[in-house]
Amino acid sequence: MTTTTTLPTEERVVRREALYFAVRNAKLLIGFAVVLSLLLLGVFGPVVLSADTPNEYVGGTMLPPSGEHWFGTTTFGQDVFTQFVYGLRTTFLAGALGGGIAAVIAMVIGFVAGYRGGLVDEILNMFTNVVLVIPTLAVLLIINAYLGIRSVGVQALFIGLTSWPWAARAIRAQTFSLRGREFVDLARLSGMNTRKIIMREIAPNMSSYLFMTFILLFGGSILIASSLDFIGLGPTEGISLGLMLQNATAWSALQLGMWWWFIPPGAAITAIVGALYVANVGLDEVFNPKLRET
Amino acid sequence: MSLRVSELRVHYRTLRGEVKALDGVSFAMDDGEILGLAGESGCGKTTLGKSLIRMDGRMRHAGGTVELDGRELPIGDDRAMNEFRFHEISLIPQYSMSAMNPTRRIGKMIGELLRSRGVAVDTKELHNRIDLVGLPREVLNRYPIELSGGMKQRMVMVISTLLDPSLLIADEVTSALDVSTQKAVAKALLGFRDNGFVKSMIFITHDLALTARLADTIMIMYAGKLAEKAPADKLIKAPRHPYTRLLINSLPEIGVRHEQRKLSGIPGSPPSLLDPPKGCRFRDRCPLAGDECGEEPPAVEIEPNHYVACWKA
Amino acid sequence: MLKVDNVTKVYKVGTFGSRTMTAVDTVSFDVRPGEVVSLIGESGSGKSTIGKMILGLTPITSGSITVDGVAVKAGKEYYRAVQGVFQDPFSCYNPIFKADRVFQLIKESYYPSVPDTEWAERVRSAIRDVRLNPAEVLGKFPHQLSGGQLQRLLIARALLLDLKLLIADEITSMLDASTRIDVLNLLAELKARGLGVLYVTHDLSLGHYLAERTVVLRRGAVVEMGLTSKVFDDPLHPYTRQLLSAVPRLHAPWEDAAPVETCLYHERGATGGLLEAEPGHHVACARLSDC
Repeated sequence: MTTTTTLPTEERVVRREALYFAVRNAKLLIGFAVVLSLLLLGVFGPVVLSADTPNEYVGGTMLPPSGEHWFGTTTFGQDVFTQFVYGLRTTFLAGALGGGIAAVIAMVIGFVAGYRGGLVDEILNMFTNVVLVIPTLAVLLIINAYLGIRSVGVQALFIGLTSWPWAARAIRAQTFSLRGREFVDLARLSGMNTRKIIMREIAPNMSSYLFMTFILLFGGSILIASSLDFIGLGPTEGISLGLMLQNATAWSALQLGMWWWFIPPGAAITAIVGALYVANVGLDEVFNPKLRET
Repeated sequence: MSLRVSELRVHYRTLRGEVKALDGVSFAMDDGEILGLAGESGCGKTTLGKSLIRMDGRMRHAGGTVELDGRELPIGDDRAMNEFRFHEISLIPQYSMSAMNPTRRIGKMIGELLRSRGVAVDTKELHNRIDLVGLPREVLNRYPIELSGGMKQRMVMVISTLLDPSLLIADEVTSALDVSTQKAVAKALLGFRDNGFVKSMIFITHDLALTARLADTIMIMYAGKLAEKAPADKLIKAPRHPYTRLLINSLPEIGVRHEQRKLSGIPGSPPSLLDPPKGCRFRDRCPLAGDECGEEPPAVEIEPNHYVACWKA
Repeated sequence: MLKVDNVTKVYKVGTFGSRTMTAVDTVSFDVRPGEVVSLIGESGSGKSTIGKMILGLTPITSGSITVDGVAVKAGKEYYRAVQGVFQDPFSCYNPIFKADRVFQLIKESYYPSVPDTEWAERVRSAIRDVRLNPAEVLGKFPHQLSGGQLQRLLIARALLLDLKLLIADEITSMLDASTRIDVLNLLAELKARGLGVLYVTHDLSLGHYLAERTVVLRRGAVVEMGLTSKVFDDPLHPYTRQLLSAVPRLHAPWEDAAPVETCLYHERGATGGLLEAEPGHHVACARLSDC
């Protein structure tokens, strides 16, 4: 890619060093390994599986896990593993899209407000606070109900558009404190413009913080998407981990002892968010040269 | 003898090992004496001040004794030291600006503080001392935030000496202040000693000129050890340790101009105290260093009250 | 070269700028090539604000600042000639990058076409100019270097440009006595290169050691300025006298400030602004006592 070849040398050095420490950091490796394996399962699983749709009826109902049905079957005779694999894909998509959109909005607003300060900051801050106090779930309910949103993409878009304010506030506060440091003044004296200073001086300093924010937004999006799915406002076709949980609850899987129906989706959501958190702690150690030495 | 410190060793625990911040320091102070403790950052002066009153969690008492008015101080035992703090030894911290509770009026705070030490407020004496440091009495009804840096510093001085401690430790109390305020605070400290509010005082600073104005005796430390200790006048006018000489020569005084007399600093930097070098610690930077400096020089009393740790002195 | 002309800075404080605070009040002075001027003041005197305005880091409320006739304009071309070094060496470096990145940023902005090997040689030569050993300081993180080394590297960085004016804002106040004098000597050496240096400080003895001319500030306004020898040996303003008398000296006790017997100002019937007491020695009305 052209971007890597035009990278200034000193940043290439930093990246090479970061990589050196990254491959030696257990927390980072474990965290990413878990997320990556679930992601790969979600991406390639459906391709490999014989079933064309996740909700296909495969025969025996309420079967516990076996060699034939790895995660057993549902009350209606659907294969839980097939649903799980498709659900992972949808869930990652909802999380990545929703979290990604929210993160981009939060970063733009947070960086600009924190760096520019003054009137720009006051206006952006007011806007952020207004969005912050809107009861997100209720708005999403109304939007979904009236517009009849039934695709994962649009659902994620609305989640993204409503869940950024706290992140914007956090990024603004961080930017504000970094802006006062003299290396920002020095960067200006080196002829760098605002955009460059934000991207090359301020953002790298809070990279682990930004990553953490993204993780939380990612997890939040998954949870909001699941909640919407849960009350029947999710995607009409397909399946998601949230939808699986909802079905399991609706058909009393817990009471019937069908643990294989609700444990996989629940555990997967926990594993994704938890592993990203562990990876974040590791990333902090990689990016902070002071933590490295100890 | 009011204070006698012998072979005091205090180490800092770090992840890379123990930093020997104070590596065998001995000295004594008389009643009524102000000892100026000077040296570069990392020489152990603040560690010495802290270890006489409260060690922080990373510090470890690795040896040596401290005796105050004939009683040995349990400096390694945080609890047992409580009996001495404030009553016998008191500290004015470096950032006294943040040492006061911002939500309490100053007068109220003093009352609470004294009650926690089981003492009642002597309002008349309090007013006396506030007058002495040149503050208006109504500061007692104000909040700390309403005071300027110099006023806060003087207020903390009054508070920390209310119980007439035997020893007062003033750690860089003037380094954040403007020159004119600095002079006022320094004079107030002298007044405290002259009025007998404190018997003796250790004045820690990196500003040798200020120490020269305030202290009776100056002790120069280098890399966790005593380099030279002498009456202030003698140390400034006739220093014997090469480090002291170079340090004094690096200070521009008003009257010295670059074109007329170019001063120079001391090349190099102090050794790491994680694993200090054998022999004299100033050896690498010393213009006089010779073979004998491979062995550690003891602090010798070369004339009355003038101690130097150098083979060449 | 540097001309500061009737510069005022008013800060808006409070919500939506409901109140104002004057940090710098109609200040005028100049710095010539090959000269160090020290700007002396206590905290709140506005000395750092003036430095920041000259560097274009803070906008000017009124008045004008020009370097060789060109007004301050934050941007590449201006910073080719005007640079700054600040108080806290550790805050001047981005902690996650190596210290020598400051040189790389200069190359990217100003000398993108210079080949890497030639640039590396220029950097090494600038580092030797500030009396450092390139092998000891290159390739290290800021926390692995000392404050003195970091400040020298920033001076070396400025020397890579076509520098005319250097603003040195309290650059020695965080350094130890044994290293600070060497950094000051470096500043003095810059004069030989024809550079102008504005040395902002609160320390009178350091200002006296280094500067040809001295500007004394009090609460945002100039109270006295002129040749350093005049201002220090024959201070006319009571504030200057008070400051000088408060400086602790190694070999002499503190003295009380000599009172001002006759106020030149009122004697000559002058009002407002600065009065030229003798050629090149300006003093403000005392306004401290009713003379």
